[in-house]
Amino acid sequence: MTNVLICIKRVPEISGEILLSDDQYSIDARHVGYTLSAHDECAIELGVGLAKDTGGHARVLSIGAAGAAEQLRYAVAVGADSATLIEADPEAFGPADVAAAIASEVRQAQMSFELILVGNDAADTGDFQVGVRLAYQLDRPVLTGINTAEIRDATVLARGAGPQGVDVFEIPLPALIAVQEGGVEPRYPSIRGRMKAKRLKIEQKAAPLEPAGSGRVRLTLPEPKPSTVHMLGEGPDAAPALVDVLARSGVLNR
Amino acid sequence: MILVLVETGADGAAVTSLETLTFARQLAGRLGTQSVEAMVTGSLEAAATVRDQLAAQGVESVHHAGGPGMDRYSAGAWATALAAVPSDYVMAAGTPRGSEILAHVAARAGTSMAANVVDVVDTDPVTVSRQVMGGAAFEQMRVDGSPTVITVAGHAVEPADAARPSDPAWREFEPELTEADLATAVVRVEEGEADNTSALTGARVVVGAGRGVGGADDFDDLLELTDLLGATLGASRVVTSLGWRPHYEQIGQTGSRISPDVYIACGISGAVQHWAGCQSAKTIVAINTDADAPMVTGADYAIVGDLHEVVPAINEELRRRTAPDAAE
Ligand SMILES: Cc1cc2nc3c(=O)[nH]c(=O)nc-3n(C[C@H](O)[C@H](O)[C@H](O)COP(=O)(O)OP(=O)(O)OC[C@H]3O[C@@H](n4cnc5c(N)ncnc54)[C@H](O)[C@@H]3O)c2cc1C
Repeated sequence: MTNVLICIKRVPEISGEILLSDDQYSIDARHVGYTLSAHDECAIELGVGLAKDTGGHARVLSIGAAGAAEQLRYAVAVGADSATLIEADPEAFGPADVAAAIASEVRQAQMSFELILVGNDAADTGDFQVGVRLAYQLDRPVLTGINTAEIRDATVLARGAGPQGVDVFEIPLPALIAVQEGGVEPRYPSIRGRMKAKRLKIEQKAAPLEPAGSGRVRLTLPEPKPSTVHMLGEGPDAAPALVDVLARSGVLNR
Repeated sequence: MILVLVETGADGAAVTSLETLTFARQLAGRLGTQSVEAMVTGSLEAAATVRDQLAAQGVESVHHAGGPGMDRYSAGAWATALAAVPSDYVMAAGTPRGSEILAHVAARAGTSMAANVVDVVDTDPVTVSRQVMGGAAFEQMRVDGSPTVITVAGHAVEPADAARPSDPAWREFEPELTEADLATAVVRVEEGEADNTSALTGARVVVGAGRGVGGADDFDDLLELTDLLGATLGASRVVTSLGWRPHYEQIGQTGSRISPDVYIACGISGAVQHWAGCQSAKTIVAINTDADAPMVTGADYAIVGDLHEVVPAINEELRRRTAPDAAE
């Protein structure tokens, strides 16, 4: 039986223009809403599967604003068994603070989690380090960039893309894995899943520590570039003009 | 001293590592008080090439961490090797391995780590500008602790040789590894999709496919175009998450970052996460029914139209021009 703790982050759902808050410290997501960090979605899919296969429990955990309950409920709708929200101002917590807060929660939780999954990097802050820092806090082996994993007795066999092919790792449990998009296909919530998520009582806690901070001074946006697109025309008639562009770019060398 | 982790393969140092060396050398030049040294690891297949590349980058000395335990990749072991050489800055390219190893270095040293840095804007205290939101925004961040731990974003600088090459001192050493360092080593490498990922990142021409393609069975025109150009097919996240194409073809924040001579984006709207993966293309061409799509407005060239009409016409034109009896 492998209990799995899956740590997820609520991030602004931005696909177009990014707006900053007046003090330039944060992203203004009022008009776009929030979503799950992409790798976290895969961590949920992987973790729920592993817990199920071994008869274990899958819990999702998020450190963030009250609104992160939305992402926790989503995780429950796609199969997680329980959810914990550590309420905190996510911007006050740097990656080391997040790792320390999760570690504290793991140490005091009633349940023991043989496997902890995190997303490889958050879609917004892109720090690439929470998993590794958490592993040091808990004195566990850690892998990052992992696409798929299976539990074999007291070890976890994991695969991730390497420079020469697929890197295969085998590490003892308890362990920590940072999951990367590409190995599992996150499922969509079923109606039953949604119902379960709606009824679920999320365990709410206060942050166990004062954060040291992320070091953020402020955010900046790249200079907006005026469009310099050269329209080649409309429809199939424009095809020769495009082929001319390819020829000028020197890519028609045959 | 600035210590740069250099990732190597059969062809020598990775381009991203050369970028990082250039970044480090430019910083050293500005500071005037720092030198640049390099760390290489393992059996070092192309040792002679690597030596030449590091000399061209003006590196002062090279530390080669070898011995049993360094042949197979393990982030902990590589971090131990880096920590064995005291430095003021530790840098690596913001690759999966570079990020992982430096996270270990920072966690052990109790310092902060700045990922995907594009510039060091101040040194007292050290403040960097780094990519966030997949490169669509930047964060000015104070990097606390010593050493200063930084991964450098891909394409933050162009790799460039030093004004004068160096004759780097070469030091072989065996880091003292712990059991924990070795516990997370790669146990074997399987052949797989990673090869195709490198085809995409190394391609001169990439044809990108988005939701506008319509369905998993509607790729014939694009595949023919790819074939005619000797190009590689890439895709948006919508296309991979709908299962139309495999994930290793994904371009973007959570896919590959490409830098071809030409990128032809077909039926892709151009979300910031997609731009994160294609903005380093030299020439971008968009084919889209919507003239206002960000992929179109941000492109160098565009055709407004249905890709299923436009792409066959391009294919025909390509066939005509490359036919042996083409009258040109
Ligand atoms: C955390 C996170 C990470 C993400 N990472 C990535 C990533 O790595 N890569 C990525 O690509 N996206 C990523 N996304 C998703 C991104 O936000 C967009 O949803 C996605 O890129 C849109 O894909 P698309 O352009 O194919 O589809 P759409 O946005 O639906 O665009 C389809 C386009 O096709 C055009 N079109 C329709 N029919 C035709 C036709 N017949 N001929 C020509 N044009 C046509 C339309 O005008 C439209 O512009 C991420 C999102 C999040 C939240």
